[in-house]
Amino acid sequence: MTEPSGDVLLEITDLSLEFRTYRGPIKALNGVSLNVRAGEIVGIVGESGCGKSVTMMAATRLLPKGSAHITGGGIRLFGNDPMTLSERELQHVRGRLVSTIFQEPMNALNPTRRIGEQIVEVIRRHQRLDNAAATSKASGLLRDMLISEPERIMQAYPFELSGGMRQRVLIAMAFSCEPKLIIADEPTTALDVTVQALILGLIKHKAMSTGTAVVFISHDMAVVSQLCDRLYVLYAGRVAEAGTTASVLAAPAHPYTRALIRCLPGLAPPKQPLEQIPGTLPDLLDPPAGCLFRARCREANDRCVSVPPLAAMEPARRAACWRRIEETQAA
Amino acid sequence: MSLISTILRRLVLLVFVVAGVAVITFTISHLIPGDPAQLIAGDKASAETLAHVRQELGLDKPVTQQFVIYVKQLLSGDLGQSLRTRRPVAGDIALFLPATLELGIAALVTAIMIGVPLGVLSAIYKDGPVDQAARVVSVAGISMPVFWFGLALILLFYVKIPILPGSGRITLGIAAPPRITGFFLVDSLVAGDLKAFWSSLYHLILPAFVLAFANLGIITRQIRASMLDVLQEDYVRTARANGLSRSAVILRHALPNALIPSVTLLGLAFGDLLYGAVLTETIFAWPGMGSYVVSSIQTLDFPAIMGFTIVASLGYVLINLAVDLSYMVLDPQIRELG
Repeated sequence: MTEPSGDVLLEITDLSLEFRTYRGPIKALNGVSLNVRAGEIVGIVGESGCGKSVTMMAATRLLPKGSAHITGGGIRLFGNDPMTLSERELQHVRGRLVSTIFQEPMNALNPTRRIGEQIVEVIRRHQRLDNAAATSKASGLLRDMLISEPERIMQAYPFELSGGMRQRVLIAMAFSCEPKLIIADEPTTALDVTVQALILGLIKHKAMSTGTAVVFISHDMAVVSQLCDRLYVLYAGRVAEAGTTASVLAAPAHPYTRALIRCLPGLAPPKQPLEQIPGTLPDLLDPPAGCLFRARCREANDRCVSVPPLAAMEPARRAACWRRIEETQAA
Repeated sequence: MSLISTILRRLVLLVFVVAGVAVITFTISHLIPGDPAQLIAGDKASAETLAHVRQELGLDKPVTQQFVIYVKQLLSGDLGQSLRTRRPVAGDIALFLPATLELGIAALVTAIMIGVPLGVLSAIYKDGPVDQAARVVSVAGISMPVFWFGLALILLFYVKIPILPGSGRITLGIAAPPRITGFFLVDSLVAGDLKAFWSSLYHLILPAFVLAFANLGIITRQIRASMLDVLQEDYVRTARANGLSRSAVILRHALPNALIPSVTLLGLAFGDLLYGAVLTETIFAWPGMGSYVVSSIQTLDFPAIMGFTIVASLGYVLINLAVDLSYMVLDPQIRELG
């Protein structure tokens, strides 16, 4: 296994993946390409079931091995294909190089062990520290998460803490071994709105002060737009649009991105009724041919029966829509 | 709720349970047809002899008065005198119970030592060869009658390939260790008599295995089911996502949580084991409670049956207490919040 080299931490190329079920294969990813460079904060947006979490769990090989099958494309995580790593190498990558913050803080900590033990266990797994040093490191990490009495929290069991407090513990745990990349998978979705901003701020501040890259997965365009340098909009297991946050928000190219933005009170044009996107995600057991957004798209025409490529629109901006491709060619 | 207050509370409850059991056993013993005095005096006894025996046993007094006497005796730890052996029932039970407990505990430990790892492996390698083999073993254990399996093992390891003893607690000619707990394994170690220790252990192997095998399947299946549940939990994913080793994920994160729902079953299994010990003891000529109770029932020895029932229900309550206490050890939420 090679150590991380170069600028690109994670590179996913044309990844296709399916879950084999009794009803047949569910084509969860249909050619996703994305990359994450050192130190940047990248957002992945899309509605439930579009493949956001699946993409990132494939990258860290956390998907159930019996049912998830990669059918095309490739993943390079710190220069290695995670599918070819040994169990031991994979354990080094997870936690030490890349760690994940999950959606449900209520269940993400072991209910029968004290908070301190759980953080110290992760620290000592990857770093040569004795128990005392690891404990003081853990308490420092909790203090960074604005927990005022880390010693008391470390003595507590998960059921004694609120959801927001547990998520802070999990963030501290994710940062504990100074990984190069953190995957934050909807870290605030299960929390009260009042603590969401705090949690997002803690992640962003800690990432920026340590130079850690973050992949931020969310269904909430508003959240992603506040945090991320760049974003990928996923639809039905494909990248619909990719670009810098500012440019995507200023002029969304893909009709799906436009619709997502028009759904949001803060981002929609003023004094217009909020929109909803008609229809639902296509059935991924038997996906229709062509552009998968076609059935819900106002701009669809005859060309949309074939799959649009993710075409470059302007510098650092790509979208998979025949309309935009036509417009770009015409210009 | 602290550990001590839980124990105290449960011990107070114990008094009520035993009182209830005493009322029930006393009532039943007076409702069942059959006259103990007749049994003792014999079929051909004269009416006078019969009356004399009745008077001696206190059976001529009104039922309410008999109950008062019975309760007074119970409170002083006196379970009455056996009609059959003519010895105090409490003394008889003290004599035979340790043998049964030793066999039951040995069987439980065996069932746990084999069943828990087998259940864990079945869950990790679900539908693999180990899982399939464990399934066969479980079904065999649950469905094979103890008396058949016991006899089959005696035939195999005592008769055909004579490597294990087939009856008794200790080799004839080796003196039983001086009685302290009544557990031969413990007493022989206390006495420093290694010869007696090995011989007792040797004699335990077959009956304990037979008894364990019947409960092994239930334990294996339960551990497998709760492990499969726990392995789906988010905190197991967290542990894996943080790069913890496979053994740490399974032994430190999954197994302790999977044990919590299994403890109830272990308590029940121990009750079953003592129950199943009756048959096993008969097959292996094990001098325990089983044969004592069977003989008592055959001779309508009411004081012995009632005494045994009270001790057995006491045992069940204590096992349940042990189960609840182990919840407190395993689950911090129960420990801290009661």
